[in-house]
Amino acid sequence: MGVLNSISSYIATDIRMAAPILLAGLGLLLVNWSGLLYIGAEGTMLISAFAAVAGSFYLGSVWAGLLFGMIAGALFGLIFAFLTVTLRANQTVVGVALNVLGASLSATLNRVIFGVETTIAKIDTFETMAIPGLSKIPVIGPAFFNHMPIVYLAFLMVPLISFFLFRTQQGLNLRSVGENPRVSDTLGINVYRTRYTASILGNMIIGIGGAFLSTGLLNFFTEDMVSGRGYIALAAVIFGKYKPAGVMLAAMIFMAGNVVSNILQVSGAAIPYTFLTMIPYVLTIVALVVFASRAVAPNALGKPYKRG
Amino acid sequence: MSKILEMINITKCFPGVMANDNVTLAVEAGEVHSLLGENGAGKSTLMNVLCGLYRPTFGSIRLDGEEVKFSSARDAMARGIGMVHQHFMLIPTMTVLDNCLIGAKDAGKFVLDRKTTAEKLTELIEKYDMKVDLNAKVGSLSVGQRQRVEIIKVLYRGARILILDEPTAVLTPQETLELFEMIRSLTEHNFTVLFISHKLNEVKEISDKVTVLRQGCVTGTYKTDDCSVEDLARLMVGREIDLSVKRAEREKGEILLDVKNLSLKNAEDQKRLLEDICFDVREGEILGVAGVDGNGQSELVECLTGMQVASSGEIVYKGQNLRKMKTREIMSNGISHIPQDRQKTGLIMPMTLVENFALQDYYREEFGKSVYLNWAAVTEHSKKLIKDFSIKTPSELELAQNLSGGNQQKVIIAREISRHPELLIAMHPTRGLDVGAIEYIHQQLVEQRNKGIGILLVSTELEEIMKLSDRIIVMYEGKIMGTVKPSDITIEEMGLMMGGQALESIRAKKAV
Repeated sequence: MGVLNSISSYIATDIRMAAPILLAGLGLLLVNWSGLLYIGAEGTMLISAFAAVAGSFYLGSVWAGLLFGMIAGALFGLIFAFLTVTLRANQTVVGVALNVLGASLSATLNRVIFGVETTIAKIDTFETMAIPGLSKIPVIGPAFFNHMPIVYLAFLMVPLISFFLFRTQQGLNLRSVGENPRVSDTLGINVYRTRYTASILGNMIIGIGGAFLSTGLLNFFTEDMVSGRGYIALAAVIFGKYKPAGVMLAAMIFMAGNVVSNILQVSGAAIPYTFLTMIPYVLTIVALVVFASRAVAPNALGKPYKRG
Repeated sequence: MSKILEMINITKCFPGVMANDNVTLAVEAGEVHSLLGENGAGKSTLMNVLCGLYRPTFGSIRLDGEEVKFSSARDAMARGIGMVHQHFMLIPTMTVLDNCLIGAKDAGKFVLDRKTTAEKLTELIEKYDMKVDLNAKVGSLSVGQRQRVEIIKVLYRGARILILDEPTAVLTPQETLELFEMIRSLTEHNFTVLFISHKLNEVKEISDKVTVLRQGCVTGTYKTDDCSVEDLARLMVGREIDLSVKRAEREKGEILLDVKNLSLKNAEDQKRLLEDICFDVREGEILGVAGVDGNGQSELVECLTGMQVASSGEIVYKGQNLRKMKTREIMSNGISHIPQDRQKTGLIMPMTLVENFALQDYYREEFGKSVYLNWAAVTEHSKKLIKDFSIKTPSELELAQNLSGGNQQKVIIAREISRHPELLIAMHPTRGLDVGAIEYIHQQLVEQRNKGIGILLVSTELEEIMKLSDRIIVMYEGKIMGTVKPSDITIEEMGLMMGGQALESIRAKKAV
């Protein structure tokens, strides 16, 4: 029983850790399918992680915090769309700029609002929500059905976004804009509006991932706390071949590396701690090297569109 | 018959240009009405006005006698005007069905109804006998099939008037015939077709009426039966033109270029781009390379000019194998190259003519020593070329991008011919040019041939190939389908070869 219980808890950890990456990956998916190449997910997650803590602190509810996080994400999405769609700035450069902006703005606001003291402001955070009945199943219950609400939301969004992209008119229109905006234009689709919407909604979902980091996995904000998850999400999208289920699989695999590193640390293996924490990142790089060339990105990804 | 469409006194001004000047066009229901004109005559502008992409500066459009105003392509589509663009508006990674569904407006439906749409489309496909698999990815279809998908797409959206913009430019002769049958079947069902083209024979064959445009103005609307091809040519160009070329018969010359078993593999997926290509070019002959665009012609020329290294085989020229030589070595050996895209690979658009003229030979002693360019010499050379080749430009310091297409092409031809080559490789030398410029370039090529220069002429224009070449090779998917003399072959046989049948098998079938 002991082994089964540990496995169950490892799976639970993997799922919990994968949730923010999955959310960021799904958000990126929407942005990418509209033909926008966004590498600023790290920045969006940071600003949202901070906004969520601030919201929860001032309004006393973690849900208000989540709303703040989503609004912050949406604002980043709006800035990105304005610069790259309307002004047709280089999407990679703007993405880098938003990463820097997210990191520095969240750090600055954090110091302004919470000061530089070491004491942590007490805030409302997400709590686990056991699913009645299902969570009582031995081994499976604790692994899958005893999580925080955002975790359920993240995994529920996989089929939802998949359905949206591949089974609805709006999803088809969105993908056509990402594949060839001129075709969409001749068929009466508003390319600019589609890209704005995708950027704002996508960044909102990325923002949920950021908010979950600071109000779900942890209960405070620290500078650079996203620590590369935004980039891992980027890799998960490519590894997952621009499909929601693929992104989910990728997020789970990358974070399983995290679980392995935890196990090794606890078991007292004679490997320095710093090497163990590298595992998920190394896994990401290896996955990218092996699979990146086979991924089929939307055809117009990264290319600005000008009418007429 | 009633007038389904009238465009009355349409004038469209762009800054500095009057693209359409008081154009009036009346089209009757169920007819094929051609719009004939050279590049830049205003055909596309007029059609863009009709399908809602441009708004006319003056003038009005009437559909069934009722005045209409379009502010977008969607407005025009809603009134039954559908355009099949020259460059297909399809997404290759999606299925035919999905391509038809993009942007569809079935009154607020959120979930795609693929089943009902597929049924409707199948009905259309069967009615007009179009033979298209709805679940195939568009990327796997042939060019002819893609065009059918475009037509189905427009029909599905409820078009009654179809605008076909240069639809035959990308088709083999057989596919063109199929298209014409489809057009006839559509007009039998009372659809109206506007056929835009600059190809006289096709206009003559398919249309009931033709409206000729020249420099933005209508020269007139005629019944096609009342005009000969020569009449149409004169109306289009505005003067008598000589469509024939004078060529002196020549003795068979020495072999100049001998290509043996040349093959090229794609480095990424090992796909064979060129397979066992064998041919030779002799002194004083034009060897035409025919074929539908994208069947290995670019790769062949790139291998010959050193821009790619062929995987195997030999390119023998003057006793040397050129296969692994660098472009500079090849070019300095008496070979000149007119590249396929004058704006991308032929000229540097933001540079002056003087600079463009110097590009190929700047390193030669007459143009400068060590690191210095002798600008005086280069300028002198440029002035001479501009005069000799009657290039229309305000001065030799004009930027290449400010010249018309025909004059840009003349700059390249002047540069390449003035190097006194022994072998000239010319790729699509007349693509997108007007009749006058084509005439001039054809004369130049024949003149060079008569001087004893060997010419490899790659072109997708079958008429051009048949008219100029002494011998022709036909390429299909990187292979040579046959080597023929223009006098020994029919257009139909050429078409079959361009579609992938080897000459022997065609002849064998005929013999049976």
